[in-house]
Amino acid sequence: MGEQSLVLEMTGIRKVFPGVVALDGVDFRLFPGEVHALMGENGAGKSTLIKVLTGVYTIDGGEVRLGGEVVHINGPLQAQQAGISTVYQEVNLCTNLSVAENIFIGREPRKFGRIQWGLMRRRASELLARLDLDIDVSAPLNTYSLAIQQMVAIARAVDISARVLILDEPTSSLDTSEVAQLFAVIRRLKADGVAILFVSHFLDQIYEVSDRLTVLRNGQLIGEFKTEELPQVRLVEKMIGKELAALESLEDKAQRTREKVAEAEPILQAKELGRTGAIAPFNLTIHAGEVVGLAGLLGSGRTELARLLFGADKPDSGELLLEGKQVNLRDPQVAMKRGIAFSSENRRTEGIIGELSVRENIILAMQASRGWTRPIPRRKQDEIVEKYIKALQIRPADPERPVRNLSGGNQQKVLLARWLITEPRLLIIDEPTRGIDVGAKAEIQKLVAELSDGGMAVLFVSAELEEVLRLSHKIEVLRDRRLVEELENTSDVDADRIMQTIASGATS
Amino acid sequence: MTTIDATPDTGNKKDSPANPRRRVYRPNAKYIPILSTLALLVIMYSGAVANFENFGQPSVVVNLFRDNAVLLVVAVGMTFVIITGGIDLSVGAVISLTTTLTATLLQGGWPPLVVLVLVLLLGSLIGAGQGAVIHYFKVEPFIATLAGLFLARGLALFINQQSIPIRDETWKAISEYRIPLAEGVVTKPIAIVALAAVLIAAAVLAWTRFGRNVYAIGGSADSALLMGLPVARTRIAVYTLSGFCAALGGVLFSINSTSGWALQGNGLELDAIAACVIGGVLLTGGSGYVFGALLGVLVTGLIQTIIIFQGDLNAAWTRIIVGVLLFAFIVLQRLVTRKVK
Repeated sequence: MGEQSLVLEMTGIRKVFPGVVALDGVDFRLFPGEVHALMGENGAGKSTLIKVLTGVYTIDGGEVRLGGEVVHINGPLQAQQAGISTVYQEVNLCTNLSVAENIFIGREPRKFGRIQWGLMRRRASELLARLDLDIDVSAPLNTYSLAIQQMVAIARAVDISARVLILDEPTSSLDTSEVAQLFAVIRRLKADGVAILFVSHFLDQIYEVSDRLTVLRNGQLIGEFKTEELPQVRLVEKMIGKELAALESLEDKAQRTREKVAEAEPILQAKELGRTGAIAPFNLTIHAGEVVGLAGLLGSGRTELARLLFGADKPDSGELLLEGKQVNLRDPQVAMKRGIAFSSENRRTEGIIGELSVRENIILAMQASRGWTRPIPRRKQDEIVEKYIKALQIRPADPERPVRNLSGGNQQKVLLARWLITEPRLLIIDEPTRGIDVGAKAEIQKLVAELSDGGMAVLFVSAELEEVLRLSHKIEVLRDRRLVEELENTSDVDADRIMQTIASGATS
Repeated sequence: MTTIDATPDTGNKKDSPANPRRRVYRPNAKYIPILSTLALLVIMYSGAVANFENFGQPSVVVNLFRDNAVLLVVAVGMTFVIITGGIDLSVGAVISLTTTLTATLLQGGWPPLVVLVLVLLLGSLIGAGQGAVIHYFKVEPFIATLAGLFLARGLALFINQQSIPIRDETWKAISEYRIPLAEGVVTKPIAIVALAAVLIAAAVLAWTRFGRNVYAIGGSADSALLMGLPVARTRIAVYTLSGFCAALGGVLFSINSTSGWALQGNGLELDAIAACVIGGVLLTGGSGYVFGALLGVLVTGLIQTIIIFQGDLNAAWTRIIVGVLLFAFIVLQRLVTRKVK
């Protein structure tokens, strides 16, 4: 792998948006047959760099060389023709079309202008077989799991051009075996000499699959490293630019406040609450000031349980007590009135309204609970919003910026702020840290700890065990849509213990 | 950083059978709406044959194509538009403009072929204009084509508010020409044109890149763009096609009635949309077939025929039944798509 064999070389890339320098003199290079991870916090410039490469943005400075020649990429189609293909976090395929079509659309094999469906299906099957995928290619894509959709996207990308493949957060919605499957595909492509740019927030995955990494911070290049030579802790420091002390000080906080919580009033009690097909009847008590963690695999019923407690779905068995009194949460609005807030897992589709500004997004829930006939005075709005922008360190700290221009982590904070200003007694947060970076994660975790110290009850749903362990007073373990065990978060409970329960389902 | 989602290799996929993201394999879900329309058509037809004398004659079916030729042609164009997730409200008005213009020009002594080419071009141009506005200015199709509706209808009324008779020899000849199909069964050229339009459109949708791009845009225009598909060209082409079909419908109208009238085709756009929906073309885009639209047109046509055979039923029943069917099919579509999701 000599310098001369570089596939892609970006030097001094500069990209300016009104008011923000998104990329400032960033270099990036790719060798054939390597997996190169692009690392950085949200807002560090990763997405911008990728969009420059895929032709969505044009650069304001610097140059891009492909195979030694300077190129100007002016759109996705041109990027593809130049040999750069991208697979995004949200699968950008047309799920109404068949698998074969999704791979070949725009390049269908034709004879006299007529698409040769048989040939197309055959080729698609062959292509997927090379990725160890044996599926019916004539079935519509939406009949398959996200993981398979992801692989189909990769198959398409690789078939179009096998020089540079960009994988932008491909694993964020996949479960273990699916990730393993994806990595097998990545390794195979790597062996074929494809240069792969890989972005993921899961550090484990970065270390498992990448050969080299480039770290960005605030639009600037921090450096390029060999993955094996850079320990995880050092990597995180480079990404957030500060020591991890803040994160570590949280460590045993949960255990310290444990006794205090046990004496507190139960805020919410679920007795044999359940919904057929969603979650088996369960018992759960949440006290004031308590953080209850929900742990379980993707699809184990975490979200379904949380939705029952918020009235988003109706239970068909059991009862729900709020401060000892039975309640019927007919819909989320009733739950909100009673002081329950729910911050959704799908921040893009269910939470954030991209066109509205940060201020409007934050004010939304509060305004809704007051009723639209009594608008919150603008001065009060500004006051509240400013306070929360500061408290949650939302960046950029501009209340009038449309939320869609914010990075994922900051969108999540806006969503949290929206619920926090309603001063709920029980805050349900579903996957607040998915797809956001280490620094923002730590900030959100810290915030949750502070809220519970202030007496708020928190139901914390997360796929990351460390996070659940760090924050929760007690942990509810779910498996196959059943609450299988409740664990007091004492010092002898660790990730292995929880994983055992998840894996075996045994209650000990 | 361990995540649960990335831990026990023991469980693998079997651990989350109820994963809501994992869709159940349902190969035929997309055919359910069109098959139910077909079933409805067969039931209605056999019911009518059993109840009414002479309903079983082949001419009844053949006449369905003749009587609904214009609607059929318009529905073909509408199918393309709806599959992209759009809507075209201007088609009825384009019909009135083309019939009026055709009649006026023919009365003015223009050569028939020139008139034909001219009005077809005009319809396409109106469609292309609407498509361009919809795509480049990101205007809702509903609004853009509503503007087109007013514009075209206004122009037609401006040209002439009266019904204009056509005395052109060619037009009259085509109008009076009969094509023998079998013993005692004849049809008009306009039915053949409509049927040809259906066949050509179905082939285009199924077997050309343009056709597949239409589906892709309906599935997700953003994805289509990222996949490097010519979204702008396709979208504009779809509305151009709809405009062309409407103009062709106008020409068929003027042939059939040997006249042109500015109030012709009033509300026809809604009949076309209804036919598409009943035929299983999903209003949200991305799914549907031209044959579905054909079935939808036949269903509405058959209802009319049955009412005529019945003799003592009010013609308003056509509308009422179409309304009920529309509701039923929209609910059916919703159920089918929900299951797929």
